[in-house]
Amino acid sequence: MRALPVGDDALLVEVSSGEEAQALHAELLRRRAQGSLAVREIVPAARTVLLDGLADPARLASELTTSEVPPAPPRARAVVELPVRYDGPDLAEVAAHWGVLPHEVAEIHANTEFSVAFCGFAPGFGYLTGLPPRYDVPRRATPRTAVPAGAVALAGPYTGVYPRSSPGGWQLIGTTDAVLWDHTRVPAALLSPGTRVRFVPVGRS
Amino acid sequence: MTDRALAVVRAGALTTVQDLGRPGHAHLGVPRSGALDAPAAALVNRLVGNAPEAAVLETTLVGCAVRPRSAVTVAVGGAPCRVTVDGRPAAWGAPVRVPAGALLDIGAAICGVRSYVAVSGGITVEPVLGSRSTDLLSGLGPPPLTDGTVLPLGRPTRPHARVDVAPQPAPPTELVLRVTLGPRDDWFTPEAVRVLTSRPYSVSPASNRIGLRTDGPALERALTRELPSEGVVLGAVQVPPDGQPVVFLADHPTTGGYPVIAVVRTADLAAAAQAAPGTPIRFVAVRRR
Repeated sequence: MRALPVGDDALLVEVSSGEEAQALHAELLRRRAQGSLAVREIVPAARTVLLDGLADPARLASELTTSEVPPAPPRARAVVELPVRYDGPDLAEVAAHWGVLPHEVAEIHANTEFSVAFCGFAPGFGYLTGLPPRYDVPRRATPRTAVPAGAVALAGPYTGVYPRSSPGGWQLIGTTDAVLWDHTRVPAALLSPGTRVRFVPVGRS
Repeated sequence: MTDRALAVVRAGALTTVQDLGRPGHAHLGVPRSGALDAPAAALVNRLVGNAPEAAVLETTLVGCAVRPRSAVTVAVGGAPCRVTVDGRPAAWGAPVRVPAGALLDIGAAICGVRSYVAVSGGITVEPVLGSRSTDLLSGLGPPPLTDGTVLPLGRPTRPHARVDVAPQPAPPTELVLRVTLGPRDDWFTPEAVRVLTSRPYSVSPASNRIGLRTDGPALERALTRELPSEGVVLGAVQVPPDGQPVVFLADHPTTGGYPVIAVVRTADLAAAAQAAPGTPIRFVAVRRR
């Protein structure tokens, strides 16, 4: 584990895997809930957790790098089920990358339990992990200028769902009617770091 | 219908509602947003007797014009500009009484970029996640003003400040940005770090609320592999593949996949918000406090 100072009051803690980042994130949330960590933002990402708004980043840095992070606690949270139609325009391309048939992409994807590693790109956009590394896919060479809201997409090791229409370079494999982001709802984001997710196929209409 | 409202007569190039922003939601991908020149927004609020969290207008280069439906006290600050009420000159940087139905015109910035307009009672559009700020990256908050928009106003709670003119820093003729190196300075060649902190840059016209883009020597990477996405802070100097540093401002994305070579001191970001395209920039390396 490395703790890199960021500006005057933030710390970027770097670990060696996504699992370690999720465990560290869980531990930092636990400390904040307990009252032993005062910080404005805790932002998990692929291999790091950013702590922004710290009174004494140097002290926390030395403390973190000399202490053991317990493995992530068993996930008590319920699984969020997202109904999905595997009808994306890139299904055949993803199937070719995986070396399977298009309908098998749907089966493999729907039989995987995902968890939200981190959020970013847009409010409510989660980077979901769970697929084995052999199913990594590249981004599209040319991003689309408009990906519709609800598009279920793959890039690298991640699955994501577009909360609203936006440009995007991910491979589209399906569509969900679930509302990922609604700022009038509490919580606004359906998915937040640590949320467990399953995609449940619905019949073609 | 309430008469505590402000009708937008001339929206200008880009006029948005801004307050202190919505920090605390970065883990959901929600930018902090908020007034780019935060001290200017705080000052105009103080001048009209508003609380620090009251929402104000942030104009861009060409100002705007509004017509309050009831008598209000306003204050204009940030980028210096001509202020008129029904065509008659009024004070900039001081409380101004605007009668009901009068036209308040905030002229083009004489220098600087963004003027701030506080109205007694504050602008009370519906908050989103605790803030009324327009976030141009994610689309949260009210859309930028258009001609004809009517904005609700709150009730004034305190009298306005008793001052003639409040001193404000002049927009920079040269933007000096103090930076602490890292977290990813080791992804660049030592020469790139020297170039950033010794060679002149200038403000690119492509700058916006998301980032201050720069023109100047490209920064060369020592590590060319892809950086996994990581959290980024306000003031981060991110270097995209073209090598031109971008200073992240209030509407910046919460995570990014390009290395951050340095971070600008928060205290210097107000000047960055007022640096017009073409303004020379000097990045000065300082020690971490």
